[in-house]
Amino acid sequence: MANVISDETIEYVGILAKLELSGEEKERAKSDMGKMLDYIDKLNELDTEGVEPMSHVFPVNNVFREDVVENGDGGEDTIANAPEARDRAFVVPKTVDQ
Amino acid sequence: MGLLELTAVELGRRIRAGEVSVEEATRAALDAIRAREAAVHSFVTVEEDGALKRAGEVQKLIDDGTLTGPLAGVPVAIKDNLCTKGMLTTCSSKILYNFVPTYTAQAVENLEAAGAVILGKTNMDEFAMGSTTETSAYGVTRNPWNTEHVPGGSSGGSCAAVAAEECFYALGSDTGGSIRQPSSFCGVTGIKPTYGTVSRYGLIAYGSSLDQIGPIAKDVTDCATILEIISSYDRKDSTSIRREAYDFTTALQDDVAGMKIGIPRDYLGEGIDPEVKAAVLAAAKTLEDKGAHVEEFDLSLVEYAIPAYYVIAAAEASSNLARFDGVKYGYRAKDYEGLHSMYKKSRSEGFGAEAKRRIMLGSFVLSSGYYDAYYLKALRTKALIKKAFDKAFEKYDVILGPAAPTTAPKLGESLSDPLKMYLGDIYTVSVNLAGLPGISVPCGLDSKGLPIGLQLISDSFQEKNMIRAAYAYEQTRPYARSPIARESRQQAVLTGKEADHE
Amino acid sequence: MSKEYETVIGLEVHVELATKTKIFCSCSTAFGSAPNTHTCPVCTGMPGSLPVLNKQVVEYAMAVGVAMNCDINQYCKFDRKNYFYPDNPQNYQISQLYLPICHDGGIEIETEAGKKTIGIHEIHMEEDAGKLVHDDWTGESLVDFNRSGVPLIEIVSEPDMRSAEEVIAYLDKLRMIVQYLGASDCKMQEGSMRADVNLSVREVGAKEFGTRTEMKNIGSFKAIARAIEAERERQIDLLESGECVVQETRRWNDDKGYSYVMRSKEDAQDYRYFPEPDLVPVVISDEWLQQVRDRQPELRDEKLQRYMDEFELPEYDARILTSAKKMADVFEETVVLCGKPKKVSNWLMGETIRLLKEHDMDPEDITFSPENLAKLIILADAGTVNSSVAKEVFEKIFEENIDPEQYVKEQGLATVNDEGALRETVEQVIRDNPQSVEDYRSGKEKAIGFLVGQTMKAMKGKANPAMVNELLRELL
Repeated sequence: MANVISDETIEYVGILAKLELSGEEKERAKSDMGKMLDYIDKLNELDTEGVEPMSHVFPVNNVFREDVVENGDGGEDTIANAPEARDRAFVVPKTVDQ
Repeated sequence: MGLLELTAVELGRRIRAGEVSVEEATRAALDAIRAREAAVHSFVTVEEDGALKRAGEVQKLIDDGTLTGPLAGVPVAIKDNLCTKGMLTTCSSKILYNFVPTYTAQAVENLEAAGAVILGKTNMDEFAMGSTTETSAYGVTRNPWNTEHVPGGSSGGSCAAVAAEECFYALGSDTGGSIRQPSSFCGVTGIKPTYGTVSRYGLIAYGSSLDQIGPIAKDVTDCATILEIISSYDRKDSTSIRREAYDFTTALQDDVAGMKIGIPRDYLGEGIDPEVKAAVLAAAKTLEDKGAHVEEFDLSLVEYAIPAYYVIAAAEASSNLARFDGVKYGYRAKDYEGLHSMYKKSRSEGFGAEAKRRIMLGSFVLSSGYYDAYYLKALRTKALIKKAFDKAFEKYDVILGPAAPTTAPKLGESLSDPLKMYLGDIYTVSVNLAGLPGISVPCGLDSKGLPIGLQLISDSFQEKNMIRAAYAYEQTRPYARSPIARESRQQAVLTGKEADHE
Repeated sequence: MSKEYETVIGLEVHVELATKTKIFCSCSTAFGSAPNTHTCPVCTGMPGSLPVLNKQVVEYAMAVGVAMNCDINQYCKFDRKNYFYPDNPQNYQISQLYLPICHDGGIEIETEAGKKTIGIHEIHMEEDAGKLVHDDWTGESLVDFNRSGVPLIEIVSEPDMRSAEEVIAYLDKLRMIVQYLGASDCKMQEGSMRADVNLSVREVGAKEFGTRTEMKNIGSFKAIARAIEAERERQIDLLESGECVVQETRRWNDDKGYSYVMRSKEDAQDYRYFPEPDLVPVVISDEWLQQVRDRQPELRDEKLQRYMDEFELPEYDARILTSAKKMADVFEETVVLCGKPKKVSNWLMGETIRLLKEHDMDPEDITFSPENLAKLIILADAGTVNSSVAKEVFEKIFEENIDPEQYVKEQGLATVNDEGALRETVEQVIRDNPQSVEDYRSGKEKAIGFLVGQTMKAMKGKANPAMVNELLRELL
């Protein structure tokens, strides 16, 4: 395997993706990601010099909304699925501890 | 001929003619679901009461002349990644185990406006990530042709439901082949439209730049009819495209005389099952016999589509799936200490292995230092692939090939080696990268009795070409019903008891 | 032997735009409603929802860019900035990294030291986050998405500032430009304008910049000055003691007067930007750009000059009147109604500013109408009310926007011009104050002031002071 994924990398990506893998899952993830990257490295065979990266496949531009209020009170719908809500707001563990 | 055997359009005609009531059709489908689900498990949620209530309402609207369209009153199954107001929508994930949307996807609204009766939500690979419908958190779906085999994926539940005749048609979504490949595996017809043709508003995103909603049904006529209804310019979706015409059914003509059809040589090379190859070439021959010009050509870049696809799809997915965090909806872990622990536990417990794998890969390829090497490289490759197709369509009206290199594998065979599973997408992903439309139509069975799918691809906004070719081809062979659909009576007796236990 | 240090400062200023709706959905941007009132699937990150860009946001961003002498990227795009936080419903913010709408501009500031141009690196459009309310009692935070998706522009300066004074002058200038364009009210205390300070120090004469820190959460101009001073000291102390400045984000606590590091293991600060696939590029044609240029209103510097030329106001007056768009608007509208620019100016610079300070308000908070101020000026000019009554009436106008004509009538505040009644009172005052009368007669001119005061008091302030003065002199 050309791409060797380190424990640190898996740890770091876990922080970015907010995923906590078990020991076994980590080993599997290292191997899977390494294999995938080896495969993806196939793209390096292609000369893409001077090719513009294409994010949108069709050249559609300027899709706008007019600045007009159309939505009413969405509060009830917004919190309808909340795991925890109080006073029409979502409840989460405290975000600042300083 | 039993009611369930009818195509959606034929059922619609009989409902309008007053020969069949909407309630009868709905009850027939619900009975079939009750009888066959133990064997197939196409559905995550069945809305029996809702469907019957709706059937009554639709009947009234048909009777008073409000609803006159071809699919008024016809019961439909919806893939569980399309939001349906008031109806559980899980994406077959534990992380959305209790999510009830407060709004309905535009494509589904379009169907409802045309008088559709929604039976329920179909099983899928979790967040549409997979090719077998085995990554669902709610159990695997089985192939109605042989329940030892997978139905394909990710729209496996929708395709199996159509093949098992538990509904008259279904909606699926296709990011890298998720309509065409399971359609092929289940012996039904499915269309992935040109990107931007069907509004994505309300489709729970996997790879936003690749996702399209499309129809799955028994034949090309049904699919063209459904596509005509679900397509619309939607100002809520910025990538929605205002097309000149949506009259796809006008292409339902048994005439391919002079049509130029190209078969990419790379689609018939290494890795393809010889039986699949033979069936696809036989289909090509049929079209040639009907007057089409068929030839092989070099499409090029075929082998680069999968790596480019997995980089782009995983990157977009890692961002799209960030919103599932236990704050606003869905699953929140029980035990956690502080915010970040809540995030990590909710997500780690809520997502399955395949979703986590792709989120990790996507986060990695976008991370500092790798963006250019992976993500931009993939976007450049995409540009080259699009160019290769543009060149091909200067010469051909339709590109013909298989939908998948093999027929449906056995349950459990694919997941052990993800990379191998990804390689099964080789004929479908480039269509998504280039934003093109593609259709899969049944073109025979292999020696194991499993369906083979023929894929026809046309240039962007030229669905009519592939629809015409598919329709003309379809006229040469009758629709083959799956064993489960055929043996429904025995099955009903058999599984009726099992269903009682649930 | 302490070395001489130079402070190098760049600012990232977030301005909430004055649109009626959010940047990507049709929810209202109104401030101060119950939690989650102005929300929909888009601004709360519901699965399946998609953003659609508010055209007005692009127009405001262009207008600000033009006013700040920026180049406009006529092909610009949005990108996703990925990070987890509960106020960020999608856990990505739609922003612009690779092709922001404006870049490479500059604005001129003026300090004691003279004029100087501060470079604008770029201006980009993005969405605001929701609000978190912390509950210390339960150890929880409450999330409200009313602000989520309110449009922002982030104005990123070059590291061209060298002192707190320059920073304040820059912010003041920036605020005035944006207010004059009507693009935002720029109220720092309400959070519609927020500044992050990037600061480094280096020895005077050094060519390279030092390592910079970023300070967030600074809520007022005064706090910015304090934060800059404290951070400069902190960095110099580090360098003097042989330590290094660490590139980090710090949070300023203005009550305690120090900043602390916001870092945690969970904040990797790797935002994984990539082009937003749900939005299409914005292409600005030459015609559109020209339309925006043609619509640019008169900005502060031009207005200042015009007030001096057209209304013959002293520069001091013109400067104060134009220091806030609202003040200038009230001035001009009042002058249209009653003329007398100098008198209008006096009312605004004197009583209005005094009352604003007393009520702890900004000029943007002025609620009285130019019509009522104009009426008052006409009443005072005609001698219908004397100056002390006028001030009293003005307070009512300032607070409740009352109609002065009606008010003066109802309250019986009109000046008494009836000479008979006045003469009687003056005679009484002369009788009652023999000492003062004697003082005046013996040449103490000041004594007359006392007698005028006594007369005014007896008349409950409604007498015409000039008439009182005249009568007193006549009778004495």
